[in-house]
Amino acid sequence: MFDSFGQKITGIFDRLTRRGALSEADVQTAMREIRIALLEADVALPVVKDFIATTTQAAIGQNVLRSITPGQMVVKIVHDQLIAMLEGRLSEPRDGGNQAPTDNALNFRTEPPAVILMVGLQGSGKTTSTAKLAKRITERERKSVMMASLDTQRPAAQEQLAILGRQAKIQTLPIVAGESPLVIAKRALKEAKTGGFDVLLLDSAGRLAIDAELMAEISAIHAATKPIETLLVADALTGQDAVNTASHFDQQIGVTGIILTRIDGDGRGGAALSMRAVTGKPIKFLGAGEKLDALEDFDAERLASRILGMGDIIGLVEKAMSAAEMQDMEQLAAKMQKGSFDLDDFALQLRQMRKMGGMSGLMGLLPGVAKAKRDLQTSGISDRDLLHQEAIISSMTRRERRDWRLLNAKRKIRIAKGSGTDVPQINRLLKQFQQTQKMMKMVGGMNKSAAKSMLGGGALGANLGGAMGGGAMGGGAMPDMSKFPNIAGLGGAGGSPPDLKALLGGGGGGSPQMSQNLNKMMRDLARGPKRGK
Amino acid sequence: MNFAEKLRQNLAKSARNLLGGLKSSFGGGKIDASTWQELEETLIRADFGPKFAASMILALKSDRELAHLDGIAEKIAAKIEMILSPLAQPLSLAPHNGKKIILVTGVNGSGKTTSIGKLAFSLQQNYRQNNGGKNPKIMLVAADTFRAAAVSQLQIWAERTGVTCVTAAAASDPAALVFQALDRAKAENYDLVLIDTAGRLNNNQGLMDELGKILRVIKKHDETAPHHSILVLDATIGQNAINQVTQFQAQAALNGLIITKLDGTAKAGILVDLAERFALPIYAIGVGEGIDDLHPFDAREFARNLLDLPPVA
Ligand SMILES: Nc1nc2c(ncn2[C@@H]2O[C@H](COP(=O)(O)OP(=O)(O)OP(=O)(O)O)[C@@H](O)[C@H]2O)c(=O)[nH]1
Ligand SMILES: [Mg+2]
Repeated sequence: MFDSFGQKITGIFDRLTRRGALSEADVQTAMREIRIALLEADVALPVVKDFIATTTQAAIGQNVLRSITPGQMVVKIVHDQLIAMLEGRLSEPRDGGNQAPTDNALNFRTEPPAVILMVGLQGSGKTTSTAKLAKRITERERKSVMMASLDTQRPAAQEQLAILGRQAKIQTLPIVAGESPLVIAKRALKEAKTGGFDVLLLDSAGRLAIDAELMAEISAIHAATKPIETLLVADALTGQDAVNTASHFDQQIGVTGIILTRIDGDGRGGAALSMRAVTGKPIKFLGAGEKLDALEDFDAERLASRILGMGDIIGLVEKAMSAAEMQDMEQLAAKMQKGSFDLDDFALQLRQMRKMGGMSGLMGLLPGVAKAKRDLQTSGISDRDLLHQEAIISSMTRRERRDWRLLNAKRKIRIAKGSGTDVPQINRLLKQFQQTQKMMKMVGGMNKSAAKSMLGGGALGANLGGAMGGGAMGGGAMPDMSKFPNIAGLGGAGGSPPDLKALLGGGGGGSPQMSQNLNKMMRDLARGPKRGK
Repeated sequence: MNFAEKLRQNLAKSARNLLGGLKSSFGGGKIDASTWQELEETLIRADFGPKFAASMILALKSDRELAHLDGIAEKIAAKIEMILSPLAQPLSLAPHNGKKIILVTGVNGSGKTTSIGKLAFSLQQNYRQNNGGKNPKIMLVAADTFRAAAVSQLQIWAERTGVTCVTAAAASDPAALVFQALDRAKAENYDLVLIDTAGRLNNNQGLMDELGKILRVIKKHDETAPHHSILVLDATIGQNAINQVTQFQAQAALNGLIITKLDGTAKAGILVDLAERFALPIYAIGVGEGIDDLHPFDAREFARNLLDLPPVA
């Protein structure tokens, strides 16, 4: 059903004019189809409208790659924006903020027991999710968990949780007939405290957000137990009502996160976007089956693809993008051989690095660098620095990027202002750039594919070199490089440049085997980080 | 202001706009493009789906009765009512209808068990009325052998109406239980058998096959059964309802729907699309958790609610 829809979209997009940058008309034509796709996926109308408005602005003027149509380009931009929104990046301050990278992890930072309160509509999956969560916290966080059902409304609801508790080997609060939900909640808290439990999970009865009496009841429970997490459990198959429910619950008791259930159904899951947008709260988990271990981490990328339902277009654009990147790389390699590596080229490298998962992602690729990774973290170099560095370069004029020697104090102040950084940061960047440039000259003599491989690493090397004085990654400390040939450049620009030729396998321009490896590595790099299925 | 705040404001605004907009419709004059757009958006927000809403508006635009703003929302509600009213077919347990076997299916948590509890009660009342106060023999079959405490839940409902509940051990074969239960119902001359099944997602082939097996067992017992095969849909459902009906139809030979949780904010506008596609009778709606919260489907009230119109007094 969705395939034919996807085809229709491509058809319409094909009729759009082809040109270098996306025009307003291009974007708007494409957005009409996007709007339908999002609504078909059950994204709530007000959210669709806002999303389209923001994304239209972001898309106009963006470059269209040669081999794809403007419409396809828009789909890709929409897809990326969807991911950003699902991850909450669109609602965060643009300055990068200080939001923890994994805000969908559970918060336990309180005096135990950490209370987690589950709330939601009737039949949304609270009880099953409670048991799944308890199991997960027990197994993965190694915490002692107690569960209690406050559902005195639905027949046999408390019994249901007790049975699940036995199945999952999680303690449940003994049932006392006739107690009110608030009394049960207080008893649970007391028992959890005296029993020394780390976490107390409270499963509440399903309720309508407009049921004033039951909402007052849950507010009272919330006030009495002071949960550190209040999780809204919602059905992924929900339609337009998702915004009402989510905003009501959030406004009345304040949710801290969302669990989206029945993601194993064949719904498109637009409710996720609606609820994320209207509450600004992260989706923490996905319920994906009836078994107690069917609780998954939230994966924005997968959900975005599902909501948009245009996987083939996105795949196409990504392929085109990586092809374009390959071209960039080729050009870079050619420049390198001529010895004309400038700040634009350096920026390209930085972007490349960020795409590959940033510093930590890259470090993760290296064998035996757990320690180096820790050093890196403590040294304070983060992926944000990469962004700052890119921002600095993009605040320079064209001439400055070609010739950094133009950068006098006055220009540096201007650039610092433009990029939201400071002059010492700019100086650091320039130093790293020079080191990289020097390294590039050295590599210039090598054959082309080996040279290309250095490109992915140069900027990283410069960054690492700066962070660790070059020693940690350089020469002798290098792990088995035959598996990771492109890493050879990493330590290069640090305090003590290692013998590049030696690192590359001893021979002048690298052995044939080596250049094959390099090529493969290049392809992998160009393809970007691995995607979830 | 962050995105969420902005959105909340817009939400509140769109609700206000609509009421304001439709109120102003009473002022008369021709309908302009923005009114049509507003109406289309009202339908979308009620879960009509974008394409169905668009085609509906297109059809309405060419309707000459609808050229004026005067009472436009009322008129559209009346059109929707016309689509739905033939499908409002309440269940009855009149003696001349003979004995009944009813199979109840649906995705997890849609309200199957609760609806069975309520149905047992309302059909019991219905039978008494038709039968000089005599009580029917009603049997509930707890064929959800999977979900924890599902059996106890149904048993409690059976106690509330004083009807029989037939159960099996946890994790046993539901089709086998249904077979035994139907044997007993025949031998003991039950008037009504209501079969509760485990929640299952329409794309879970294994569980859908299990449903097929239950259906075959019922048919083996009585070629004309199940007399009603009911899909229970939650009113909050979005566009996935179409897949659900398609697949439950194929596997459980549906011949009717119950829509639950219409006491909430969800409007269940997808029902109109479903009516056009499948024309399945709507047997009842659920409007609460109490035993008497199962009502006959009222097409007028439902259609008016879709357009944010108050119920007629
Ligand atoms: N407000 C409201 N709640 C309802 C209605 N019908 C059912 N519920 C509630 O919805 C929840 C799920 O109902 P169940 O009857 O257990 O649903 P089910 O389909 O049998 O669920 P599973 O067997 O777990 O798949 C319960 O809390 C019911 O009380 C209704 O019409 N209105
Ligand atoms: Mg049930």
